[in-house]
Amino acid sequence: MIAKIKEFPGVSLSEKDFTEGKVLFLHDKCKADYAWDTGVGIGTYLAGLKRGVILGSYCSHCRKIVVPPRTVCEWCFNLMDEFVPLKDTGTINTFSLCYVTWDMKRVKEPEIPAVIQLNGASALSSTSVIMGGIMHKLGEVNPRLVRIGMQVQAVWKKPEERQGAITDILYFKPIVKEEEE
Amino acid sequence: MALRKVAVIGAGMTKFVRRALETPKELSWEAARMALESCELTMDDIQATCFGTAPDAFDGVHMNGEYCSDGSGGWGKPYMRSYVGGGTGVFVPIQGWYHIASGLFDVVLVVAEEKMSPYYPHPQAAFMTIFDHTTERPLKPNLLWIFALEMNRYMTTYGIDKKDIARVSVLHKRNAADHPCALLGDADITVEDVLKSETLAWPVQRLDVSPISDGAVALVLAAEHVARRLTDKPVWIEGVGWHLDTTYWTNRDLVYPRYVEYASRMAYDMAGIKEPRKEINIAEPYDPFDYKALHHLEGMQLADRGKAVELYINGTAARDGNMPVCPSGGLLGVGNPIAAAGLMKIADLFWQLRGEAGARQVPGQPKKGIAQAWGDLMQVGTVVIMGR
Repeated sequence: MIAKIKEFPGVSLSEKDFTEGKVLFLHDKCKADYAWDTGVGIGTYLAGLKRGVILGSYCSHCRKIVVPPRTVCEWCFNLMDEFVPLKDTGTINTFSLCYVTWDMKRVKEPEIPAVIQLNGASALSSTSVIMGGIMHKLGEVNPRLVRIGMQVQAVWKKPEERQGAITDILYFKPIVKEEEE
Repeated sequence: MALRKVAVIGAGMTKFVRRALETPKELSWEAARMALESCELTMDDIQATCFGTAPDAFDGVHMNGEYCSDGSGGWGKPYMRSYVGGGTGVFVPIQGWYHIASGLFDVVLVVAEEKMSPYYPHPQAAFMTIFDHTTERPLKPNLLWIFALEMNRYMTTYGIDKKDIARVSVLHKRNAADHPCALLGDADITVEDVLKSETLAWPVQRLDVSPISDGAVALVLAAEHVARRLTDKPVWIEGVGWHLDTTYWTNRDLVYPRYVEYASRMAYDMAGIKEPRKEINIAEPYDPFDYKALHHLEGMQLADRGKAVELYINGTAARDGNMPVCPSGGLLGVGNPIAAAGLMKIADLFWQLRGEAGARQVPGQPKKGIAQAWGDLMQVGTVVIMGR
């Protein structure tokens, strides 16, 4: 039956139909302001960042250290109420060289987002969870020389400029000097 | 309590376009009407309606399920919208399935719609809200990041060449050239075209990505005793599965989609499938990005880890291969109106298994097919197995 349908419904419009006023449309903006309280786990994390320390949370039942810290252990569903300092160094688990911004503007110099596996958190679990993984950006590095597995270290804002935010870490930079091309 | 058998007895869809003139409810109605007409039923025969649409942010309408309910056939009936991000398109038929399998209803309408275009000028920015507001959004993340990060992890771990991954995009877009609703069908596209396209977030390039789209798809599901009266070609939903991984996505080793494996195993067990690679005739893995099709084929146990690309290299995945992959053209070719795209895969399996897929018909009278979608913060797997 379906093979007999010559023309399926749906009318395609182009950008021109809007710019040249061929279709009627309403343009409006949604204003949405929020103030998110940070809660117990992330609140403690941010307070640590303000002091220049990356905190993980520890499950005394599973003996796992995870970051970002949280108050509930996903494995055993028990309370995770102990926070432990991790190192501000780690390994690049993966990265990208991104040439577009969040709202699709083009940039010449790529941003380098990465998942960084922090030292001091638990290692890869049997359920493929890397308990030290956080998202951040890389800096002070030639984009062409970034590699998975590279060792990196956090570059912090000056103590007086820190606000208790993930951006108190400016970026992560390679620990080992870049090899010549 | 024994579960009842459930069949798909009708399907319909609109064209997938970058920007549709029709509103979400108008698109929904077009697809729903076609599905009803294909099995000669009317709304009076429908006992309940299941509706799927992904984030409200695209339409800018809160409670989009209720908003669309006149066009989607929800008014005056038991009606619910389900939402598991990109996985919605394959979850909403599962919702319809348990409505009937449980014995609660005999005939159910399933509609999935997505209109991404109202978000102006580009829907990309709406995806910002999927990231954690405190620990991630201050870094101004881009949706492409997580795909690029996952793709890099996947290809680097297994040493897969980007030009081999590009074969996925080429095959799907070529297949889509035979789909009358496709947005990006291209019979002549080559691997070089993909590799020469703009780099968005290395390793992701423009032609590695499915297009922003508007569209709708609908199915009619029926209990066995009804289906056998209404059609001599019912297509059975033989297995369903869904599964969720941790929401801390940076804690997941992105190399392997374990949640797709668990969802698939749930569906294979229900369908009594012991050796999926021998028993599945058509695979429709979710393919918003070319590497995702490979990632998902491995999660679905249809290829060894890191080896899915070989199905494309040795011809297994081709429409006339041993296990065609995305003969519909997939999201990369037909388009990616999120919830509608997943349900398009189910509709296409329905047409393929009935031998009604026209120019894109897989040869050899296929008996079983599997469709899969994936969504939320890259953490949910939804799977449906169909057979005749």
